[in-house]
Amino acid sequence: MISRRTMLKASAATAAALTARPWPAFADNATGVTDTEIKIGQTMPYSGPASAYGVIGRVDAAYFKMINDQGGINGRKINLISLDDGYSPPKAVEQIRKLVEQEQVAFIFNSLGTPSNSAIRDYLNENKVPQLFVATGASKFGDPEHYPWTMGWQPNYRTEAAIFAKHILANKPAAKIGILYQNDDFGKDYLNGLKETLGDKNAGMVVKEVSYEVSEPTVDSQVITLQGSGADTFVIAATPKFAAQAFRKAYDVGWKPVEYVTNVSLSVGAVLKPAGLEKCVGAMTGDYGKEATDPKWKDDPGMNTWRDFMAKYMPGADTTDANAVYAYGVSATLVQVLKQCGADLSRERIMKEAANLKDLELPTTLPGIKINTSPTNFYPIRSMQLARFDGTTWELFGDVLTG
Amino acid sequence: MLNFELASPVEQTGRAAVSAPRAALVVLALIVILGLPFALSGYQTFQFSRVIIFAIALLGLNLLTGFNGQISLGHGAFFAIGGYASAILTAKLGVSYWATLPIAGLICFGAGFLFGFPALRLGGLYLALATFALALAVPQLLKFKPFDPWTGGVQGINLAKPQPPLHLPLTRDQWLYFLCLVVAAFLFWVAINLVNSRIGRAMVAIRDHPIAAEAMGVDTAIIKTTIFGLSAAYTGVAGALSTIAIGFVSPDSFGLFVSLSFVLGIVVGGLASIWGVVIGALFIEFVPNYADQLSDVFGESAKALPWAIYGLMVMVIMYAAPSGAAGVAKSLARGVEGLRRRTANDGDRRPAKSG
Amino acid sequence: MIALIHQILSGLAMGSIYACVALAIVMIYQATHLVNFAQGEMAMFSTYVAWAMIDAGMPYWAAFLLTLAFSFAMGMAIERFIIRQFDGAPVLTVVIVFISLLVIINSVAGWCFSYTIKSFDSPFPATSRFGQGFISPHEMGSIGVTLAALALVYVFFRFTPLGLAMRAAAQNPTSARLVGIRVGQMLAIGWGLAAAIGAVAGMMAAPIVYLDPNMMGGILLYGFAAALLGGIDNPWGAALGGFIVGVLENIAGAYLVGEEIKLTVALAIIVGVLVAKPSGLFGRAIVTRV
Repeated sequence: MISRRTMLKASAATAAALTARPWPAFADNATGVTDTEIKIGQTMPYSGPASAYGVIGRVDAAYFKMINDQGGINGRKINLISLDDGYSPPKAVEQIRKLVEQEQVAFIFNSLGTPSNSAIRDYLNENKVPQLFVATGASKFGDPEHYPWTMGWQPNYRTEAAIFAKHILANKPAAKIGILYQNDDFGKDYLNGLKETLGDKNAGMVVKEVSYEVSEPTVDSQVITLQGSGADTFVIAATPKFAAQAFRKAYDVGWKPVEYVTNVSLSVGAVLKPAGLEKCVGAMTGDYGKEATDPKWKDDPGMNTWRDFMAKYMPGADTTDANAVYAYGVSATLVQVLKQCGADLSRERIMKEAANLKDLELPTTLPGIKINTSPTNFYPIRSMQLARFDGTTWELFGDVLTG
Repeated sequence: MLNFELASPVEQTGRAAVSAPRAALVVLALIVILGLPFALSGYQTFQFSRVIIFAIALLGLNLLTGFNGQISLGHGAFFAIGGYASAILTAKLGVSYWATLPIAGLICFGAGFLFGFPALRLGGLYLALATFALALAVPQLLKFKPFDPWTGGVQGINLAKPQPPLHLPLTRDQWLYFLCLVVAAFLFWVAINLVNSRIGRAMVAIRDHPIAAEAMGVDTAIIKTTIFGLSAAYTGVAGALSTIAIGFVSPDSFGLFVSLSFVLGIVVGGLASIWGVVIGALFIEFVPNYADQLSDVFGESAKALPWAIYGLMVMVIMYAAPSGAAGVAKSLARGVEGLRRRTANDGDRRPAKSG
Repeated sequence: MIALIHQILSGLAMGSIYACVALAIVMIYQATHLVNFAQGEMAMFSTYVAWAMIDAGMPYWAAFLLTLAFSFAMGMAIERFIIRQFDGAPVLTVVIVFISLLVIINSVAGWCFSYTIKSFDSPFPATSRFGQGFISPHEMGSIGVTLAALALVYVFFRFTPLGLAMRAAAQNPTSARLVGIRVGQMLAIGWGLAAAIGAVAGMMAAPIVYLDPNMMGGILLYGFAAALLGGIDNPWGAALGGFIVGVLENIAGAYLVGEEIKLTVALAIIVGVLVAKPSGLFGRAIVTRV
């Protein structure tokens, strides 16, 4: 008969032997992680009104395929499960629950849309599932105190608006500002960011604020209204299609304000060219990434890496699409996080490393823009540089500013 | 004029013959429905809660369109009103979540009743157009700036999920499921009694022969507006339940497609069929996911193709079974009944009793 | 004052597009008493086809004409192979079929052409001496093309035997059959024409609103409002309704209710017209015999 002490000793010995295995020790405990694979999930609007952003999910997947072809991370392949939520929050909740409870993914990565991310944030935080690098610039997603499992990535809209406001105050303190904004989280965040930085003292500078719906055919009427208000500074907080319309209409009706456009719509190929390059001369933006169609980056090694990637892993895709550059950058950031985790891919460790990025530079971000996170700073990119369009390219000027 | 080949509701639900096989079926159904949340995972229970919620919404729409002949392509508006009412009451006014249900229902009744007045003047296609416009306008109305302090604007409202009351060994998902089930049971009971009553017959009369009904003394105007209100109330309660289930509302939760799904649901389930709405609810909850899986066949680039497959399926159903699942069930039942009668008659010379 | 003129001119330009859509809707309604909810998507798909041709190097007007031919064929095919299957079905069933069609065409367009927005060049020069500072050449051209299309359609229906046959088939199918008109074929041609007119709307709209699968949603709604306002059984009323709606939309948005609820303005127009004068401004009041 085996005595109890022998049993205990045997168990201890077995346990020690098992944990002393040369393989990654925590593989068994971490959800979504096996010896050969890390399973991650996301929701994307592949259908519905925001479907133009679906390409981000596709580029994410292509990037991970590239990583897998190169051997994966620490011997594990990344398996991205990307589901359609049609930009509908209830659908997003359903899909996220499926990913977490049925697919048992390790974490949620780069889900798109403020409404969708708002809807799933509580659930993910309650269940301690990392909600990493959400694809939205809404400022509410960098709040480690209340939502320690949620983190954004791109410069948030308020930061950019603040940079614009500061520039206006410094260069044209008597400006009469007219702002065109999209009637959703993106546009409103902008509007509020601008007004907050201007402050009560300068609140009178904003002489007209006009919004538009994504479902509207044009913003021509809005631009005319802004012109009629006597504004001499035009802030365009609009997505590419509408930004192009705004540039064009302003020119066509003979209005020549000082123009600031959000970096969401700075694409030369997708916005300025359709509007008419000559109609956008002098416009300013806050830049943090390299723009795919800007002649300045034609021979840039970083962008060439991106172009090679696109040619090989996303053949036939639109290479003027700024979303594809964005997705490349976010995916590269995630790979860095996973590399930093090493053997421990538990959710806690992943979150810890996400909050531990130091001076990370990417091939697709501007020189001087670095990614930094800490337990109290959940805004990975906070820096931008102002640029002015000269008819062909965005000329950077000034210093790298941090919001 | 709308022309429905289905029998009136009285025929459908009136015969409660408690035959042995029938009773067994009912008991089986009860066991399945009550046991579901214990057999399934939390996520799947959540999905079935959504099915119940949709069934309530579809029942509301079916009362209006199936039984009363008024086409509404905009019932998502009432779903939204109910949803937001519940959210605002809970978040801004501190009302308990279950108390928001009757209040949301009342508010939507009012809204539906008011919309019923202009709807009186519109028939068939015109009403469809007007309600289509309503469905498109709803998200924009929800974002209207002056309402922002209440609606949370584009950011929406986050809510805490309801916990089961103390002492009940249920998970949150199971509690939600039973809450929806109880509400649904009540509302279905009311609906069944309504359609079997004098008012129910009046509704159907207005649908099929409005002028004759009017001539017979039926107060068409009052009934039509009241039914609009009632139908809106049902869908509003469903919206409130949906808010409680998801824990979040925003204008983007209530796009055009919500309204269109409801219409699809009642037609697939079968117009003027109380129980058909359950099939319709199952359809709109699960088939899009199924279409999603089917589309993977076409490869990565076909991520949006599910909707094409979904649309195609609906078209095929419209062609093959225009009376929906209820119609199919009826044909099957008739077929079985006919078979039974024939085999019975073979050994019996007496005239067949009317089934 | 200047701003007002701008708003009106801009409204007329968009209004020309609404007029085309409204005309297409009315044409199908006249022939079949059905509202084609998928009209916008059909127009969008035609525009993509045009884009593909231009992208492959074809000159604009050649692509334009070929697209019209393609749309005509597509419209006929949809009528013959899909809509005809539901002849005599209840109204709600047919509405659902249209909506399914809407969803299918939208998805297929997204699959074939992706959802990234594409720019669709205008055939008209980017700047010109005329109207400088008030209206762009494309907007003027758009109004011109619309008026030309409307004129052509008018001439077709009024002065050609085929047009006459189509009008007869729409007005009284039974009598038309008795005199030997192939009513079924007339229906198919009607659908083809409507699809072609819709394609014109799409191609005129794309340079303004940019090409993406969801571009026609808002335009379709305004098209409905225009058709109802003008009279859903009066093609010219509908076209005029389009211009009125375009201007009204801009003025209401700029001066009355604010830009935020412009779509609600469309809703208000629709409901208002239907309640106050269902036959629209120029339609005939339908009297039903009891």
